[in-house]
Formats: sequence, structure tokens, C-alpha cells
Amino acid sequence: MTAGRLLLLAPLVYLGLFFLYPLAAILQRSLVGDAGLDLASFRSVLGDPYYLGRIWFTIWQALVSTLLALALGLPAAYLFARYEFPGKVFLKALTTVPFVMPTIVVAMGFVALFGSQGLLNTSLMDLFGLDTPPIRITNTLTIILMAHAFYNYAIVVRIVSALWSNLDPHLEETARMLGAGRLRTFGKVTLPLLLPAIASSALLAFAFSFTSFGVVLILGGAQFATLEVTIYELTAKLFRLPLAGALSVVQIVFTYLFLLLYVRLQERSAVRLDLKPQSATVRQRNRMGDRVFIAAMILALFVILSPLMALVERAFSSGDGYSLAHFARLFSNEQGSYFYVSPARIMLNSLRFALATVAVSLVVGTIVAYFLSRPGRRGKGVFDALFMLPLGVSAVTLGFGFILALNRPPLDLRGSWVILVIAHSLVAYPFVIRSLLPVLRGLPPNLREAAAVLGASAARVFIFIDVPIIARALMVGATFAFAVSMGEFGASLLLVRPDFTTMPIAIFRFLGQPGGANLGQALAMSSLLMAVVALGFIVIERFRYRNVGEF
Amino acid sequence: MKLKALIIGLVLVALTAVACAEEDEAPPPAPAAAPAAPAATPTPAEPQKLVVMTHDSFDIGEEVIREFEEANNATVLIQKAGDAGEALVRAILEKGNPSADLLYGVDNTYLGRGLDEEIFLPYQSPALSNVPAQFILDSTYHVTPVDYAYVNLNYDKAYLEKNDLQPPATLEELTEDKWKDRLVVENPASSSPGLAFLIATVAYFGEDDEYDYLDFWADLRANGLLVKDGWSAAYYTDFSQHGGDRPLVVSYATSPAAEVFFSEGKHTVPPTGNVLVDRATFLQIEGIGILKGTAKVDLAQKFIDFALGISFQEDFPDKMFVYPVNSKAQTPDFFKFAQVPTLPADISPATIGEKREQWIDAWTRAVLR
Repeated sequence: MTAGRLLLLAPLVYLGLFFLYPLAAILQRSLVGDAGLDLASFRSVLGDPYYLGRIWFTIWQALVSTLLALALGLPAAYLFARYEFPGKVFLKALTTVPFVMPTIVVAMGFVALFGSQGLLNTSLMDLFGLDTPPIRITNTLTIILMAHAFYNYAIVVRIVSALWSNLDPHLEETARMLGAGRLRTFGKVTLPLLLPAIASSALLAFAFSFTSFGVVLILGGAQFATLEVTIYELTAKLFRLPLAGALSVVQIVFTYLFLLLYVRLQERSAVRLDLKPQSATVRQRNRMGDRVFIAAMILALFVILSPLMALVERAFSSGDGYSLAHFARLFSNEQGSYFYVSPARIMLNSLRFALATVAVSLVVGTIVAYFLSRPGRRGKGVFDALFMLPLGVSAVTLGFGFILALNRPPLDLRGSWVILVIAHSLVAYPFVIRSLLPVLRGLPPNLREAAAVLGASAARVFIFIDVPIIARALMVGATFAFAVSMGEFGASLLLVRPDFTTMPIAIFRFLGQPGGANLGQALAMSSLLMAVVALGFIVIERFRYRNVGEF
Repeated sequence: MKLKALIIGLVLVALTAVACAEEDEAPPPAPAAAPAAPAATPTPAEPQKLVVMTHDSFDIGEEVIREFEEANNATVLIQKAGDAGEALVRAILEKGNPSADLLYGVDNTYLGRGLDEEIFLPYQSPALSNVPAQFILDSTYHVTPVDYAYVNLNYDKAYLEKNDLQPPATLEELTEDKWKDRLVVENPASSSPGLAFLIATVAYFGEDDEYDYLDFWADLRANGLLVKDGWSAAYYTDFSQHGGDRPLVVSYATSPAAEVFFSEGKHTVPPTGNVLVDRATFLQIEGIGILKGTAKVDLAQKFIDFALGISFQEDFPDKMFVYPVNSKAQTPDFFKFAQVPTLPADISPATIGEKREQWIDAWTRAVLR
């Protein structure tokens, strides 16, 4: 067994122990009765129009989310790939903030902006002296579609721009010189080259929406329940584990088939690329058209962010004016509660879990991506899809799986912080794999070969040839691993000790009680979450080495 | 060398993360590390650790817990395991090998499940002598009542005034045109107050009457009913008091009082009111039970006695907005803004346990499908 194979054992053990084993444990508990495997629950799930409706809606909403995210994200990806402009790093950090926010906070943002008492309506009513709010889109399809696009925009922007910024523009220029129009050049040259990254981001956006509890549900009402929600209801409230187990299996099988299909398509679309440093691909923004484009894209970004900005505005307003009152309240334990945790501690908790998640995800994701990118060996697709599977499994199913499987020494992780990091990283490392793969597959082999011929060891080849080229994609993976962990809430049933409270959990606690002060503190904590993650993204973005360029 | 810096950086980040998190493993109130005491001097026994599992909404004063710890030479760790439903399912899945000694937060809507699964040890606390009989939710004493609250509709006073509406006097009225598109409720399949309100309508309209609870819900649906998944979403995105556009929401009878308490001085009277219809509000009683498999039965029993005592009972009302079951315990002053329904729905935990899923299924078909 070569050293490379040996290295692959680590992620395999990790996946087996922390994903497959807990999953098997909960499915066995749910589906296997005294008389062996009980197929009746599959029959009742697949024969019931209600559950079929939930399955169909889940697929449908995930597809629409993905398409909208692509439509909105691709132009922005081009902006960040090909232009330099002041404030770029900051704006790029902002694109990813929505991805982190808890769904109920996002829903509140949409209501604060577009609701009948929202900023937009009240301003219009003041302006035109209207008696009734002119915009009525809460609980409609319009607001749902807007929210969809809002969530996954970042995935497309980040992953596609990482590849786009390194594409050699000479290819496009050549096509143009040979007489191809702009559109034709894009369709025949740029798009095929970008396809691996577009597919990667589409997959992630789809998988994420597929298992999402759904901003749709919160904005649109209970008839918009996804599979994830239905599994949660069946497990935690109705306690019909056989039905929940059967639905989980349906969810897993569907995700797996979808992943296999995707892997096949992606293998076919893989193209060897001549990757260039971004400094060589950047466009000058002298022309009027370029400037208009940049301005329009930045404006679009602010429109996307406007629901969150409306919340920040509310976080600072108290009574008739603006103040820091809600923030100040976070710092005092007025009621002497046992569960009070200072905001500094909460932020630190979130950051610690996120950093640990980033570290685990980078290690696991990089090893797996390397294995998958090596040419040859049929059947790799099976592994690729398997390693992506955690993205497609219900959080509540896996959570209870942990409780059943990891409950005896030496693996009694209940009540330990480790279990939270494991839960977070299972959703996070697929982002690292998908960020790395398009770049790794496009890596020209001649560089490595040359280095090896000159006597470099495998480790030196990795450090001096590969890392500089994949650094940018690594950073994208790290960004999402960080984002996933900072926003993760589904693992809350894994026994959260008061001193483990994270920012999203704190936000939910405040929103669990009535009253303006609770709402205010939830909004203040949400604003802090936005600030912390934006700052985190900027730090990650800055974390690179200059002499090799911005790969 | 920049590259080296990157690698070292990554390793440092990983190590810091691990090291930081490691810190948390240490018990928080670490008593000054006692140097290895000479065998001659008797040292007090190591405090016993008691773990209480509960749901996200539970809250209690730090001082109160310290009081118990000092009196019993114990350290108490209260861990939250998701919402009430998740915490109960977790306890069931851990049967025989519980990660906690007690479970707090089983209410009369889910009591049957806890009893059927036999996860609790019975204990009849002497402190129950101060608890009126109506709150004894489990006559086998596997679950001991600690607090209670009422679920009913809340209305937004300002909205009603502006639109020239009087608060609804009956539930039937909600199906009339004037309340069209004005009510938001929680899904009983996913929310505790949602389930409590559904049960109240079952008790009020009956199951087999000419106009039964399903007819009522079908009429509500036709009248623009909005169903939300949980209380937070309904209250903070749809209820007009907090920016939504619906003036009626399913919440608690104490919510108007909480609106005053948490208004930061803005309100001196509640901005919201209760719709209290006789036999159509739900009395939700919440209890605590000792988990089978614990090695600390004695200490757990002491904790139950303590939870029924005055200091515990008088501490949580202004944190959880629920009433103490101990009739000797006082409620805080602002509870005067909360109203106590005179005649809540009359329905036994046994009936609820037997028919809960059936009602939820029927409701889902009538309202969501």
C-alpha cells in the first residue's frame, strides 16, 4: 500500500465512524422491528400523495433555488474574477454573509423590508400619502423566490469566480479576433471552460436547498414544508420513527443518485486548463461599459443585502432614535440566569468551533479531492458521491444517529464539544472538495512531472507546485467551511451545554420569548454575527502569499 | 518564506481551535485545586454531578442552582437538547444509558409518550403537598408537575383599534369575513403551542358533533388562515405587533405581560391582549422526571423536591413566563398583566395521549393538504 493510499484511510475512517455508522444506527432503530426489516413504512411513504408531494416540492424548490442563484451569481462571479476595484475584498466578503444567517433571521429581514409595516411600504406610504401598503408580497411566491436566490448566491459567486479569475483570457481574445461575437465566444469558449466550476456550485446550491429547513417555510407557511421538515416532524414530534426512517432513506437514495449523475457529467466536462495568475487575467476598467457593469453589479449586491441591512437598522433603533441599547443589553445578565453567556464568550465559541471545523474540513477535503482528481481507475464516481452524501442527509436523522451510535466509551461523545465540530465538518468538508476539484483536475501534469524529474519528492511537489496553484480554491473551501460552521444550528439537539452556546443558538433563544427587548437582542446578536463572519471572510481572503499571485 | 508561513499558520489555527475547545472540558466552577491532602485529615466528599436535560426554552436563576449545589454537595449541569419534542425523543433513544439524570419539560400533551416508553422512575415527592390536585398530571408519579401556562390567542391592540375591530368573543367568529387573512397559528405537527391550541379546539367543538373541530379548521382555512412552523416565526414575522400583518396569533396568556416586562420601558400596559373563550384555552402543565438508568436516584429525588420548593418556584416565572405549581409561591408583580382563563379546555392527558396523532393527521389533511 502506497503512502497516498494510507493517507486516504483517514477520511474513510472519519466518514465511516462519524457518518455511516451513526446513520446505520438510527436507520436500524427506525426501520428494523422484531420481525426484521419493515417495508410497510416505505409503502406508506411512497403510496401517500402527501409525502410524494413533499418529495416533489423539495426537489422543485431546490432546482429553482439553484437556477436563480446561477442567474444572479454568474454576472457577479465575472465581476469578482475579472475586475479590480476599490473595496473589492470587502464587497466579496459581503456576498457570503447571507449564506450564514439563520433562516428565521433572513425571513425577518424580508418582512422588515417588504412587509406591510416594512421600511419600503412605510416610506412609500409617507411619500405618496397612501393609506394602505402598496407592496404586498409577504407569503407569496415572489418573496419566496427572492429568498431562494438570496441564500445560494454566494456559492456561485465564490466557486465560479475562483476558476474564472485564473482562466487564460487569450483564449477568448483569440476567438474574438477570429470573428466570433461576444455571445458566441462566451457560449463556445468561456462557458465550457467554466462548466466544472458552475456544476460544482450548482451541486452545492442544490444539495444545500434540498436539505434546507427552508426560508420558504418560514416566509411562506407550513404548506411549504420540505422533506427535511417532514422528517423532523415525524421524528421529534410525531415519534413515528419508521416513517421518518423511510423518508430519510428516500432522501438519501435520491441524493446519492443525483450525486452519481452529477459526477458522471462532471467527469465528461473536465478540461485541462492553462491556469494563469489573476494579475494576468484582470480587465482594465477604462471603458464606459466596464464601469457601468461594475456599478450595476455592486448595486445588485446591495439590493440582495438590503433585507439584512434593514435588520441592522432595527438592531440600532430603540424608541424614537438610534442607540446601542440592544447591544448593551447583551452584556448584562439582568435576570441572573444560569444560562447567561456573555456575547464575547458566545462569539469566541462560534469562532472556535468554526476554526476547528475549517481545520478538519481542509484536511479531509484536500485528501479526498486529491484522490478523486487522480486520473484513471473507474468507479471513483461512487466514492465521490459517497463523500458528498453528508450534504444530503437530514440533520435531525444524523443528530439522533450520533446519540445512538456514539454513546459508549471510548466513543461516548455526548456532551462533548467534539461532537459539534464533527457535525459541522460533515456539512463543511464537501465544500472543500467541490472548490478544489475543478482546479485540481485542470492542473497541468507537466509541471509536477518536471519537478519530479528534477528530483523533488512527492511532498516537495505538493508543497511547491500544487499548493501555490490550489491556494485560492483552498481559501474558497475554507471560507465555506467557516461559513457553514458559523451558521449551523441543526446540531442543537446534541446536548448543548450552556458554555457551548454559539451565535445562531443565542439568536434562537432570544426569539423564543415575546417582547421588544428579546427581539432587539436577537437583532443585535444577528448584526454581530454578520460583522464577525464578514470580518472572518476578509481575514481568509487576505491569507495568501503574494509572490505566487492570486491563484 | 510565505509558503511556510501559510502552513505554520494553518497548523496554528488548528491547534488553537483544539486547545481552546479543550479548555471547555474543565468543569466551569473549578474549586481551587486542593493539594494532595494528607490522609489523616478527612476531606469532604467530592461533589456529586447531576445532569438535567431540558429544552431550549427552559431558564432558571444561577443563584437558585448554586443554592441546591451547596445544600447537597453537588454540581448541577443543565444541558439543552433542542426543543421539547427533540429532548423527549433523545431521552427515549437513550433509554437505559441516559446521558442525563433528569428530564425537565415533558408536558401534558406528550406525557403519554414518555410513560409508554417507560423512561422514568416513579417518585412521589413530599413537596407535592403544596401542589393543587388539578396540576397532578401523572397519577403514577413518574412525572412531577413543576410549572404551567395557558395557550390561547393574542391580539394586537393597535391594529384592532386602527381597523375598528373588537377582539373576537368566540372562536366561531374567527371564520367570519372580518377576520379574513388576519389569523396566524402554529403547525401542531411541529409546535407545542400549535398542538395545545388544536387540542383546545377539539375539546371545544368536539369530534363527532354536527360542527366539529375539523369543520371549524376547514372554515378557518377558507378564511385565509396562515400556518407557521413554530412560535418564533409566527410571532416575529407574521404577528402585526412585531412587523407582520396579522393581528391574531396563537401564543400564551402570559405573553401580553412579557410584552410589558420586555418593552424596555416603552409599554406600561400590554400592547397585546388575550382572547379568552371558556373551554377553548389550553392548560399546559410541564413536569420533571428521573431518567431510568441513572446512578444518582437520591440526588435526583432531592432535585425534584427542590424544584417544587419556594426558591425555585418563585425564580422561573419572570424567565419562562409560566406559573409555579406550588400554591405558596408568589408570582412577580408584572404577572398582574397576565390573565388566568377561568375555564380552560377540559381534556385528560390520557385522552390526549391516545388520540394526539389521530388529531394531528386529521388536521393536516383538513388544513395543509
